Formats: sequence, structure tokens, C-alpha cells
Amino acid sequence: MQLFELRGRSHHADKAFGWITIAAAGLVLVILGLVAASMTQRALPVLEKMGPDLFTSSKWSAAEDHYGLLAFLFGTLYTAAIALVLAVPVSLGVALFITQVAPRWLKKPMVYLIDLCAVVPSVVWGLWGVLVLSQHFGLGRSFLTAGIILAIMITPIITSLAREVIETTPLTDKEAALALGATRWEMICATVLPHSKGGLVGAVMLGLGRAMGETIAAALVIGSALGQITANPFAPGNSMPAVIANEWGEADDLHKSALIALAVTLFALTIVVNLLATWIVQRGRRHA
Amino acid sequence: MAVAQPRPRPSNPRILVEHRSAAAVEDTPVVFEIGDAAVYYGAFRAVRDVSLQIHEKQITAFIGPSGCGKTTMLRALNRMHDTTPGAKVTGKLLYHGVDLYGPQVSAVEVRRRIGMVFQKPNPFPKSIYDNVSFGPRVNGIRDRAKLDELVETSLRSAALWDEVKDRLRTSALGLSGGQQQRLCIARTIAVEPEVVLMDEPCSALDPIATARIEELMRQLKSQFTIVIVTHNMQQAARVSDRTAFFTAELDSKNDQRTGILVEYDATAKMFSNPADERTENYITGRFG
Repeated sequence: MQLFELRGRSHHADKAFGWITIAAAGLVLVILGLVAASMTQRALPVLEKMGPDLFTSSKWSAAEDHYGLLAFLFGTLYTAAIALVLAVPVSLGVALFITQVAPRWLKKPMVYLIDLCAVVPSVVWGLWGVLVLSQHFGLGRSFLTAGIILAIMITPIITSLAREVIETTPLTDKEAALALGATRWEMICATVLPHSKGGLVGAVMLGLGRAMGETIAAALVIGSALGQITANPFAPGNSMPAVIANEWGEADDLHKSALIALAVTLFALTIVVNLLATWIVQRGRRHA
Repeated sequence: MAVAQPRPRPSNPRILVEHRSAAAVEDTPVVFEIGDAAVYYGAFRAVRDVSLQIHEKQITAFIGPSGCGKTTMLRALNRMHDTTPGAKVTGKLLYHGVDLYGPQVSAVEVRRRIGMVFQKPNPFPKSIYDNVSFGPRVNGIRDRAKLDELVETSLRSAALWDEVKDRLRTSALGLSGGQQQRLCIARTIAVEPEVVLMDEPCSALDPIATARIEELMRQLKSQFTIVIVTHNMQQAARVSDRTAFFTAELDSKNDQRTGILVEYDATAKMFSNPADERTENYITGRFG
């Protein structure tokens, strides 16, 4: 009898637990959906006014009520690309150094230092960029300055994730390569990198998402130039989050709607990047 | 090495080598000359006072209970401890008269001559062909025809060719455990080493796969010097020419268990008429 009761109770607890987890998971989806819906709704006025020009025009003028976000989309992608080009090799190098090369006593301090870089507030990086990169090194406020600052900001994140992924390489694989007369570099190429490929792509994509969404540091150093689409990295430009931060305070109705449209576009862009990352990671797994 | 004729001991159920003549162990040239060797992991001394000679084109077995340092000693022979932070090897370890741990000696060069097969089959997550050709490739062989030939001869030598010749391009992970271990042997001998170290190569295999590996070892002996660590005394008795018995002793000073070499002799002698009581106790199953 008692046994039966016990069994009954634990069954109910199990059910309740199941429902709680489902509710938690559902809540996240609901919030995400609400954010997307309410933001899109508020972006509709500018979309109605501008039509496809909203995405194809690079002219952004509050005075003329003409809002085209192409230049900001370009600025976001361009600075993020500069950031990735600079940050990925450095991050991968640091992660490989910490996991494969560094003596044991150096590992912990290195990891600690890198993690410390990740918690520096972005406004501090932005100000440092203004003072040191723009003024002292004379880079001015430009795509390049923003790219460098973004690179510095995403390097700790990519490094941390890459390090964790790399450390999951089975020791047996590494030893097999070494026992066949592989040098450390050959061992890394043959076992560590293929094993970590998917995770490394994920780490890079996460860094990319962070670089695209970074607001305050970019706003401080990118130059806030309107309508700038140029491959010249020394030119001042603008990115989607930086525009939102700079203009929201003095925006009126349609201008606000345009800024919200920027936010929705950025949101969609990050989702696309993440889906792409997931797809690449899974494809990598299937081939392994 | 003076070797006594084995005397029959019908009371001992573990005797599997009576039919073999102890005098059959030839004094082939010495490959490894080990004197007072010890291996430390940080301050912990894992094994000490190992002195023995390993002879060319013979199978030498290291046996003993868990924690007796036999695997640790084996890994010292091709400098696998180099990758373990804090590990240190002391004493005399000469390979053809050259100090394996000499300042001019490269661990990579050592491992190209002294290959290793591990306890758990550890093929790379690549195709069968790429597994076997990995070693030759890192050793600089790029010629397709030469690689094809090496892959075939290595797989033939490892008694695996007929089973895999039609699926060389498929993943090695699709093979059975026994096939994977033979693939690992093929991969090792594709580098054309002089010595093959085997660290409990059958402990993850069923009896049939084990028998095939043992048969393979007897064949490979004509080309390679083999050192095998095994938990399985019958295996040592069946395949080896010489046997080293290790055990662990408690050091009263620091309460640590350190492995020591108790006795090293022709296998026939070790399993019929061991000189040391501890060896006798172990092989008759009274201990360990």
C-alpha cells in the first residue's frame, strides 16, 4: 500500500516537473515572438511610407522624412567583417596556445586574463578607442577604428569558446597522431582542428553576432556619417545599432518608426547568422 | 642471460608454456638498454629501478597488477610522457646506444621509429585509407602510388586487407572494435617503425578478436620488435619471448605506491620457474 502511494507521488512530481520545464521553454518563445511582433508592428509606418526603398536606399534624412537603411546595413556588415578578420586568427592562436603549448603554470593566468577582457564594459572599450586609436594613433573615427574595437571586444568570447571546444578533443586522438611521428602542429591540424570544426564555427558566429549588435562602442568610434557606402576603411560610417543609440533621443514619430525598422532588421540579421551557424555546425558533424 | 630449463609443475594451472624450450629465446641484438629508470608525475614517483634489455624482433611483455607502472614504463620508451605536463623520466634509456632523452634527440624522430598501439582502438574519424596513410604523409610521402602501396601492404600485414579493400574510402569508425584495433596496428606499421609498443591492445576486445591480434603479433615479430603491456598473463605466456613482471610497493616514507620491476627473464622460465616468490604468487593467481 505504502509502496503504491510512493509511486503515485513521484509520478505526479515528475509530471509537474515536465510541465514546468515546458512552460519555461515556452515562455522564452512567447517573449521572442512578442518582441518580434510588437517591434515589427511599430516599424510598419516607415515601411508603408518608404516601401522597398527602406532597404535599397542609402539616403537617411529626418528633415526630408526619407529613411533608407542600406548604408547602415553596409556599415554593420563591414565593421563586423573587419572585426572577424582581425579577431578570428588571434582568438584561434590564443586558444591553441593556452590548450596545446602553454606550460601548466601559465594556463590559468592566461584564461583568467582573457575572461577579464570579456567583462570590460563596452563603453570603456569605446572611450579607449576614441582616445587611443582615433586621437593618439590618428585613425580618426572610421570603419577601421570601429572594426578594431569590435575585434578586441569579441576576441575574448571567441577565445573562451574555442578553448572549451578544443579541450574536448579526445586525448587518444592526439596521442595517436603523436605516436605516428606527427609534430605538434601536424597533430593539431590532423586531430584538434577537425574535431573542433563545428564548435569553432559556432564560436566565430557568436562573435559575429556580438560584433553586429554592439552599440555603444561602435557609436563612439564609427564616425556617425550618414549614407556612407565605401570600401575605404578609413572613412567614417555608421552601423545600425549606433544610429539607433545616437538618434533615438531626438526622434519624432516616423523617425522612431524608422529606427525601430533598423532594430527589426538587425534582429532578423542576427537570427539568419545564427541559423546559418547552426546549419554549418550540423553539416560539419554529419561529415565527421 | 642464463636460463634454466623449466621443470614441470602440474599443480600450477597457469602454466601454458611448458612445451616451449626456454633455450629457444635467442640473444638477438639489444634495441633498448634500460638502467635504473624511473618515471615521475610531478613529485609522485610512478615507477622506479627498472633495468632491462629489450631484444630485436622479439616480443617482450610487461605484466603485473594495476598501478605497477608497466604502462608508464612503456610510454617512456617512445617519449609519450613528453605531452603529460609534469612528467619526468630519469635513468638510462638507450635506444641502439643513443640516449632517448638526450638534448639533441627529437621526440618526433623517436616516435617515427618507435610506434605505439593504444589500449582503446583510436582510429581517426577519417576514412580507412586516410587513417593508414596519415603516418606516411606526415613523414613526407606525397606520391599517390607509393601511398596506395603502403596502405595495401600495411593493411595486409595487419590481416585486415581482405575485409576492407572494397571500403577504403568509408569511415574507420564503421569497423568493429577488433577491426579498428587491427587498423590502428596497420596505421602504426605504415610508418615502417622498428619498434611497435602495444599498451594492452586487446583489453577492449572479445576473445576471438583477441586471438586474431595475438596471431598477428606472432607474424609481425619477424619484422618488428614488439613490447606489449598486458593484464592478461595467459596472453603474455602465449605470445611473448621475454616477460618482465612489475609490482607496486608501498613506500613507508611517503605512503605512495611505486611500481618496481621484480623480475625479467625468458617467458618460459618466468611462467614455470620464476626466481622471485612475488612473481610466482602473481602467475599462480595468489595475488593481483
